[in-house]
Amino acid sequence: MIVHLPSALHDYTAGQTCVEAQGATLGELLGDLDRRFPGMRFRLVDELLQVRRHIKLFVEGVPCEDLDLPLAGAREVHIVCALSGG
Amino acid sequence: MSQAKHRLRVPRPKTGAIELLIGTRKGAFFLHSDAERKEWTLKRSAFIGHVIHHLVQDPRERRVVLATDRTGHLGPTIQRSEDGGKSWRESSKPPAFEPAAEGLFQRRVGHVFWLTPCPVGPKGVWYAGTSPQGLFRSRDGGKTWKAVSGFNNHPMLDTWTGGEKDGTPDGPKLHSILIDPRDADHLYVGMSGGGVFESENGGRTWAPLNQGCAADFIPGATDRLEYGHDPHHVGFAPTNPDRLWQQNHCGIYRMDRDEGRWHRVGENMPEEIGDIGFPIVLHPRDPDTVWVFPMDGSTVWPRTSPGGRPAVYRTRDAGESWERQDRGFPKEHAWWTVKRQCMAQDAHDPLGLYLGTTNGEVWASRNEGRSWRCIARHLPHIYSVEVAGVVQ
Repeated sequence: MIVHLPSALHDYTAGQTCVEAQGATLGELLGDLDRRFPGMRFRLVDELLQVRRHIKLFVEGVPCEDLDLPLAGAREVHIVCALSGG
Repeated sequence: MSQAKHRLRVPRPKTGAIELLIGTRKGAFFLHSDAERKEWTLKRSAFIGHVIHHLVQDPRERRVVLATDRTGHLGPTIQRSEDGGKSWRESSKPPAFEPAAEGLFQRRVGHVFWLTPCPVGPKGVWYAGTSPQGLFRSRDGGKTWKAVSGFNNHPMLDTWTGGEKDGTPDGPKLHSILIDPRDADHLYVGMSGGGVFESENGGRTWAPLNQGCAADFIPGATDRLEYGHDPHHVGFAPTNPDRLWQQNHCGIYRMDRDEGRWHRVGENMPEEIGDIGFPIVLHPRDPDTVWVFPMDGSTVWPRTSPGGRPAVYRTRDAGESWERQDRGFPKEHAWWTVKRQCMAQDAHDPLGLYLGTTNGEVWASRNEGRSWRCIARHLPHIYSVEVAGVVQ
């Protein structure tokens, strides 16, 4: 499926704004991204496997924080930097 | 201490150009001097927009530089360079807490705050301190990190450190990781909050080292309180690692390790200035000479220069007396704060001193603090200043 990445992660992908990745669940999808772009997952998810405070994930446009969420049939995931900071 | 350790030979002064590694709220900056330390050039920047709490060179492998890194959105990591900061690669396994031992609060790394390269033993060993308080070690030059389990899963850790309200405003921290240059297994750490702790076996077991130190923010605390203190910055004299110094939330202290008790030498500071501050800098050749940068710790803790008049204070008699050094600094309306990692010394003769301010200025003295000059301005809020050898 297509994963849309925020600009904060473009250093990992040599500037690509979206990449292909695979996974039966949201957690597996992040694992696949981390294999291809080492370090990316820990920037998004902490050691308790919780999505970081200022990161939002959308599956088919629906916000989701459950990494066990099945992705069967999903075509698009958006990773978004939340509106925060200064 | 199990046995008395010998003092170290006084090193020969260094000469030539140096580099200042500057970590800021919005990136890393590299400031180079000429051989006389007169002319300064901002040579390079990296990670613009990233929060860089600490930027440190390995003095034994000068091409290796590590930087702690996070951004407003992304989680914490460590970046490493093998060419003196020209190019960078992320640690493949940055510090992350392992599952907590039964009964302990499960911590998550908010940011990596402190880096210390090991000065003795096998090369490539580094320690990192985090917020909230955690201790991590790398044995491969910062590529991968593992928890120091004897510390992070110590059954007393939560008791030592207290809760969220016992830390600094942007999170409780483990800092001041000191490694005895005679024995790589002999470690000290400071925790805000928690106090000073010591390990004599490479981090497997730990003991508090806070006797004599005040903690006046804890109701009923006496100077026999074992933990819960707030050291802001701890150091030992490079030529005598058995003499410890700390700038604490509650004053300036010195300890001779054999005695094992802190003495508040800050009581000898001028009363109108007080002895509150963040950094403490030690002379590399004289264990009796120390510099501090006092701040206003009254009322709501403004953390600014007292009266808006910045000054460094120096003792040359182990804290018995202090002298003000403010020549070159603004005479009024300069409301700086100098954070705990923002004051450093080189190893030249006369010694050079450097400090970075919360308003993005770097100040230098080439004469052991007698006079000061601004050598860089308009940088972001400065979080750390470290002296490094120039890598060509």
